[in-house]
Amino acid sequence: MSSSQGAPAFTNPIVKWIDRRLPIFTFMHHEYGVFPTPRNFNYWWSFGGIAMVMLITMIVTGIVLAMNYTPHVDFAFDSVERIMRDVNYGWLLRYLHVNGASFFFIAVFIHIFRGLYYGSYKNPRELLWILGVVILLLMMATAFMGYVLPWGQMSFWGATVITNLFSALPVIGDPIVTLLWGGFSVDNPTLNRFFSLHYLLPFVIVGVVVLHVTAMHVAGSNNPIGIDPKGPQDTLPFSPYYVTKDGFAVVAFLLVYLAFVFFAPDFFGEPENYVKADRLVTPPHIVPEWYFLPFYAILRAVPDKLGGVLAMFGAILVLFVLPWLDTARVRSARFRPIYKWFFWLLVVDCFVLGYCGANPPEGYFIPLSRVATLYYFAHFLVILPVLGKIERPLPLPNSIAESVLGGARK
Amino acid sequence: MRKILTRGALTLAFLAGPALAAGGGGFKLLDTHFKFEGPLGTYDYAAVQRGFQVYKEKCAACHSMSLLSYRNLRDIGLSEAAVKAIAADVMVDDIDDKGAKVERPGRPSDRFRSPFANEAAARAANNGASPPDLSLIVKARVDGARYVYSLMQGYDDMAKASAADRAIMDGYAKKATGDAKATFAMATGRNFNTHFPGMQIAMPQPLRDGDVTYVDGTKNDLPQLSKDLVSFLAWASEPKMEERKNTGVKVIIFMLILAGLMYAVKRKVWAGVH
Ligand code: HEC
Ligand code: HEM
Repeated sequence: MSSSQGAPAFTNPIVKWIDRRLPIFTFMHHEYGVFPTPRNFNYWWSFGGIAMVMLITMIVTGIVLAMNYTPHVDFAFDSVERIMRDVNYGWLLRYLHVNGASFFFIAVFIHIFRGLYYGSYKNPRELLWILGVVILLLMMATAFMGYVLPWGQMSFWGATVITNLFSALPVIGDPIVTLLWGGFSVDNPTLNRFFSLHYLLPFVIVGVVVLHVTAMHVAGSNNPIGIDPKGPQDTLPFSPYYVTKDGFAVVAFLLVYLAFVFFAPDFFGEPENYVKADRLVTPPHIVPEWYFLPFYAILRAVPDKLGGVLAMFGAILVLFVLPWLDTARVRSARFRPIYKWFFWLLVVDCFVLGYCGANPPEGYFIPLSRVATLYYFAHFLVILPVLGKIERPLPLPNSIAESVLGGARK
Repeated sequence: MRKILTRGALTLAFLAGPALAAGGGGFKLLDTHFKFEGPLGTYDYAAVQRGFQVYKEKCAACHSMSLLSYRNLRDIGLSEAAVKAIAADVMVDDIDDKGAKVERPGRPSDRFRSPFANEAAARAANNGASPPDLSLIVKARVDGARYVYSLMQGYDDMAKASAADRAIMDGYAKKATGDAKATFAMATGRNFNTHFPGMQIAMPQPLRDGDVTYVDGTKNDLPQLSKDLVSFLAWASEPKMEERKNTGVKVIIFMLILAGLMYAVKRKVWAGVH
């Protein structure tokens, strides 16, 4: 395999003909064939590719589900059950889609925390990181609207609670809620527009993913030691090295995902959503899907409605400015002895928030969620700016090759 | 109007917690083992068939199962003739060639007939509570199979409750009313059931020892009837469960082999690098 940067010599005449006029084969060759990739990736670097596979899985299963689904309040619930019972392999499609959403979020959360640990958001990758946060926001919107589609009790009441949040915003709040609802409450127009947007947004995500990947190919990948490759000895061509490594990671991840699809398909679900939506009966406990729980906890931790809404959105918005909040020059936590600890504290904090979000806001959950919320913001707004100034990083290796081949690997 | 809705929904969401706490906890569900449990469990079709008989004789008068058609009963092992006979036993509404409303005997392709014309009629006949559709009941409750099994056996004489039970019951009342001195009291038209959240259910005890006689001579005490019934309801909640598990075994084996191969390829490719 040559790793020259020039246009490859294609032998197939058709490929040659096309490539002269539209160099897609040259493009693929450069960006995925010989693309110089740091040689020291660990498996945490596979989660970008895994997220991509999940996005494609969601789109494919979603499109086929949409062929059998009816977006109307009187038929939506039954049409989903018809998919489960009467459509050939409909149960499989639906379970793939439902659990796919959870595993898509698992992959993306790991991908994000990978970035946090190894400082992948720092110069020159700020835009790359910001595009990633945009993807996260779009995913959350998509998943939220998707969850409304089966029109179960949680679909309806979740939609009611979450859309109502926007009414807390001054001036623009009420018009936004009216636009979301298409009427005076969550009803058929809401379901219709959510279905339309649920179909649209994944393709917007694809668009942003293209930008995200393009930005990555400009800046190059970060790597576990966070120093830039200095020459060919520090990199490997993407193919075959990372094609095989990511390929194995994808299969291993899908194995776990499929184990849930086939043997615990309702594990991430709420039993209450197998009850058809009923606007006269409020479920005893309205909870969002698990991937929203930390944000839900932040929302409820603030005793004021507007404050809660702002804090919830702030929890994501703060990620946009993270590249400028973290003042440390060294990227990888491997060489940041103190940051390393704060990173793990943040992970624990997010789990604590998730736990609070899953439980009723009473008893000790109230102080716990408040402390966890404060800590979440303190991590980004206080700890990171200060830490960068006072922490003394460990000495960096001279090159990637040295750190990989010269023994002493942490 | 929207302000009210807005406020209402939020308040509900925030108050939701305590209500749940009031519903859960308390009495532990009865334990039993169902054949369909576990990653490889399958339905016991003899039990499913008996359970259908229990449903038909003891529950169908109040509870619909509108996601099922009579033809689905072929899947639990009933013969074509038996399914036809079961369907023909009920009269369903239809419209004849001239557009007039008529009643005709059911066909296998008809959905299970619902006992009430609509929700209002169902409420009116049941002390204001409407009997939920049972097609998905096992999936629609936490630990659904064991829950319905326990619910059927949870009717009890309140006077016989032990002091410890009383304390739990009073706990419900305190949570529900927010009054620290409240004690548990039954509302009219409600029945005491230790497994129903809040312990007061509008449904009178629907099933008792010996209520249904099985042709195959299986014993018919309450635990057995309840267990068979739950087998049927579990099948109704997910008729494709066996197909799912069978496919799953093949898929997982395939994926394991693929993962092994991928790992071997990766090792080979990387052998010269580090
Ligand atoms: C006389 C009418 C009647 C009959 C017969 C009846 N039920 Fe019910 N059932 C009700 C009513 C009414 C409710 C609603 C109770 C409430 O909300 O308080 C109900 C509720 C239920 C529930 C839901 C409990 C919950 O968690 O919300 C289940 C499960 C149930 N019934 C099962 C059965 C089974 C199984 C049978 C047959 C053995 C049966 N019922 C027979 C009237 C009936
Ligand atoms: C970013 C990718 C996507 C995510 C995260 C996502 C998420 C979800 C979620 C969480 C549900 C609720 C499932 C349930 O509880 O039943 C759902 C349902 C649904 N989605 Fe998607 N989805 C995605 C892409 C798509 C696409 C591209 C389509 C097709 C056009 C689609 C079509 C549907 C349909 C028809 C349903 C209703 C059927 C059902 O509820 O099972 N989805 N989606």
